[in-house]
Amino acid sequence: MKYIDEYRDRQVANEYIEAIAAIITRPWTLMEVCGGQTHSIVKYGIDRLIPPEITLIHGPGCPVCVTPIHLIDQAIEIAANPDVIFCSFGDMLRVPSSTTDLLNAKASGADVRMVYSPLDAVKLAQQHRDCQVVFFAVGFETTAPTTALAIAQAAQLGLDNFSILCAHVLVPPAMEAILSNPDHTMQGFLAAGHVCTVMGYQEYEAIATQFQVPIIVTGFEPIDILQGIYLCVKQLEAGKAEVENQYARSVRKEGNQHAIAMMQEVFEPTARQWRGLAEIPQSGLKLREKYASFDAQKRFNYADNLPELPESLLCISGLILQGTRKPHECPSFGTACTPEHPLGAPMVSSEGACAAYYSCRQ
Amino acid sequence: MCLAVPGKILSIQGEDLMRSGKVSFSGVMKEVNLAYLPEAQIGDYAIIHVGVAISLVDPEEAEQTLLDLQHI
Ligand code: SF4
Repeated sequence: MKYIDEYRDRQVANEYIEAIAAIITRPWTLMEVCGGQTHSIVKYGIDRLIPPEITLIHGPGCPVCVTPIHLIDQAIEIAANPDVIFCSFGDMLRVPSSTTDLLNAKASGADVRMVYSPLDAVKLAQQHRDCQVVFFAVGFETTAPTTALAIAQAAQLGLDNFSILCAHVLVPPAMEAILSNPDHTMQGFLAAGHVCTVMGYQEYEAIATQFQVPIIVTGFEPIDILQGIYLCVKQLEAGKAEVENQYARSVRKEGNQHAIAMMQEVFEPTARQWRGLAEIPQSGLKLREKYASFDAQKRFNYADNLPELPESLLCISGLILQGTRKPHECPSFGTACTPEHPLGAPMVSSEGACAAYYSCRQ
Repeated sequence: MCLAVPGKILSIQGEDLMRSGKVSFSGVMKEVNLAYLPEAQIGDYAIIHVGVAISLVDPEEAEQTLLDLQHI
């Protein structure tokens, strides 16, 4: 496929690995923020091919994994209403709540549907005017503009039977939270290329300066990731801490202004609980008052941002999401916890570190 | 979740929020919303995420990423 295959070329990859080896003089620890990057790194074995001086830590960049348990509980309760069609992306349907998951709710008779896009949920609301269609909106800044577009379309169409359960989260506040932890070991970041495709990367310049870390906006194919690592190591070896854009074929400094404008029209920042982490100020999105009628929590009388519920005692996903443990270090990995029977969210999503290790390393 | 893939725009229709087009992913066709890419034209490659185009692929930059290696 054009713009994909050429970034998977084995020989080019080898040349990059040699180039990294040629400039590295000491150990460095880098974090890739996005679960899509984690998936590529594990799938192509990049962490095993690069020089051993480099440690790659997998960040909390899987929106499915960080959606709080109490919101999944609310989703299941809302879905149980007889006149509700509840929809979300496929991975969300299998994430464990405190007791069950949405697919089990479906098996018990709830109308739960997988959709490819929030815009498909709007179409469902148009087709089923006698039902309430609720979309479980998860994702980073890459996905939030599409949810915003769905809300704007629903408003334009005058749909009073469409709403969202909003779990959108923002990446820069999470990066700041990780860097503010005095125990963190990160020396450089590979920032998420598709988040930056929407948002640009001006926001990251303040983070790079404040915390003195190089931040490389990086794509998702093996050559992209290797080039991102190369640029990051080059800065670290030179004592620099700047923002660089590896993924320039998609990312412009100012991002996509149309998408940003729509996101700001529909949403405002709010404090958000991250599953496995903590509440992070200004790290989530909620609907502005003007669009409150599309808020499923208001429509079905639920509170927002409740205290987080405890994870299964057998699951160490919090440590996985903070990058302090690798999936195979979890005692449940591959035994009590598998993609067929996930105990925690990182075993569900293909971008979750546990699922990536399970499918590529077993 | 942040999976987004490049595809080629084959047709464009509609306006504003409903601007959309047919996009080919190596021959697999999908209807994609183009509201966020008013500048997109037929024949352009765009990055598509959950049914919406979020950026145009810059062909020169795409080439440059691969050429950069020669300057190392
Ligand atoms: S392997 Fe399963 S139980 Fe262990 S941290 Fe990952 S999701 Fe949780």
